[in-house]
Amino acid sequence: MIEFRGVSKQFDDGTLAVDDFSLVIPSHKTVVLVGSSGCGKTTLLRMINRMVDPTSGSILIDDEDIAGLEPVKLRRRIGYVMQNSGLLPHRKVIDNVATVPLLEGVPKRDAYARAMELLDTVGLDRSLANRYPSQLSGGQQQRVGVARGLAVDPNILLMDEPFGAVDPIVRADLQQELIRLQQELGKTIVFVTHDIDEAFLLGDEVVILQVGAQIAQQGTPSEILANPTNEFVANFIGVGRGKRRLSVDGSVESNGNDLVLVDSAGHAAGVVDAPGGVIANGDSSPKSRSISNKTDQAGDA
Amino acid sequence: MQWLWENRDLVFGLSLEHVRLSAIPIIVGLIASIPLGWLANRFRVTRAIQLTLFGILFTIPSLAFFITLPSVLGTKILNPVNVVVALAIYAIAIMVRGAADAFASVPRDVIQSATAVGFSSVSRFWKVELPLAGPVLLANLRVVSVTTVSLLSVGALVGNGALGYLFINGYQRDFPTEVMIGIVFTLIIAVLFDQILVAIGRVLMPWAHGVRGSSRALTVGGAA
Ligand SMILES: Nc1ncnc2c1ncn2[C@@H]1O[C@H](COP(=O)(O)OP(=O)(O)OP(=O)(O)O)[C@@H](O)[C@H]1O
Ligand SMILES: [Mg+2]
Repeated sequence: MIEFRGVSKQFDDGTLAVDDFSLVIPSHKTVVLVGSSGCGKTTLLRMINRMVDPTSGSILIDDEDIAGLEPVKLRRRIGYVMQNSGLLPHRKVIDNVATVPLLEGVPKRDAYARAMELLDTVGLDRSLANRYPSQLSGGQQQRVGVARGLAVDPNILLMDEPFGAVDPIVRADLQQELIRLQQELGKTIVFVTHDIDEAFLLGDEVVILQVGAQIAQQGTPSEILANPTNEFVANFIGVGRGKRRLSVDGSVESNGNDLVLVDSAGHAAGVVDAPGGVIANGDSSPKSRSISNKTDQAGDA
Repeated sequence: MQWLWENRDLVFGLSLEHVRLSAIPIIVGLIASIPLGWLANRFRVTRAIQLTLFGILFTIPSLAFFITLPSVLGTKILNPVNVVVALAIYAIAIMVRGAADAFASVPRDVIQSATAVGFSSVSRFWKVELPLAGPVLLANLRVVSVTTVSLLSVGALVGNGALGYLFINGYQRDFPTEVMIGIVFTLIIAVLFDQILVAIGRVLMPWAHGVRGSSRALTVGGAA
């Protein structure tokens, strides 16, 4: 569990990036911080591994105030994945993945063996182990970044727009991969993005932020979709623009047990299970996701 | 050619001397410039001071340097230490700016992510910043190497110029062949040094081979 208690951060130049922020991030869940550029997402994330220290307030991991922990040690037990992978360009893939275990003094053989397994875990061919990062595609680099983040088997994984720089198809792929991984691993993931579709797809819980890391709304994707607290949220998640307000398209004859859904502009947005023409009351979350989210469908394709 | 054959011991001896006297300042320049360049890159104030200071040092005419150093160092004017010290100061003056640029060329993204995964600042310097500064350091070191090898000849005017002796002697005796031989051997040494540096770079930085372009792109991306 990660807890922010009345945390503020003012940078030396006077920018108040985070203003009195409080949040509890439950263990083994994916919490997504989403908001437009400059609202303080990265700053929040970096306060968890003490890359940035708060000006006031405190941050606790499993009820322990991290201000008292040694930053380097703290960082080595928290996975960190960022945009543009941040891999070391002068080290081969295998060495990049094994970076932290090697820093920790794990024998080279063990660290490499584990790194090889991690390549499997993130869906990379082992033959890439001896390449340099510049010899990989953007999507492959991000996978290596994720493998590196998992190398010490951390409880916490911080991800700062990890899929922000890859093309939409690769992104959809990586997102599905992360969902699969998380089902297996059950880490506490704090994920930062400015893409609301990505937030709804990945987040058990989503926190929508405004400038100064002010929480506009927080809840499960369904809760937020069902009840946007204000116009800012409604616009941000697209309900206001009608993009997410779906209705059954009566003009197409359904040939099976599916009904076609269209958004308020009339564009086809998905299908919904409707055995015998009656919409099923979805109880499994993946189904309700595939209704509410286009990105998901791209990923399944 | 005949002159060269008759004087092969002299030319060979002077060449060895040339290698020795120019290698020392190059190595000193590299070693001294690394901490100075790192500081200059890290702190804006020291950068301004250092670059101005070394900029001024570099404008001192070499001959004036060779002549005044003995009184500063308390050495005899013919002592080769004078020339070596003067050349080392020039080497540092060039290299500090180069080293500052080299450390500035390390992508900020990479430094940040190294910090994020748990490099201490010391291990980050040795394992990340220094190796990644390598290609630009090497490029500057090659300039310093050529400069040092050719400047050394000026030392002949104060009695310690290794192959430069052939220039002065040949000029005084109005014997162009000797001057030519001096030039050719100086050139050979300069090229030799350069090739050695390139080879060392290949061995130490296999990752930089043909990757320069993309690491540049990364820097730009990081700044955006
Ligand atoms: N080191 C710093 N010094 C001064 N100001 C900073 C620093 N880092 C961030 N800021 C400022 O703090 C605010 C929040 O920055 P932050 O990087 O946390 O935003 P973000 O939500 O991650 O944005 P983005 O989506 O563009 O990454 C911005 O106004 C930014 O300019
Ligand atoms: Mg950010």
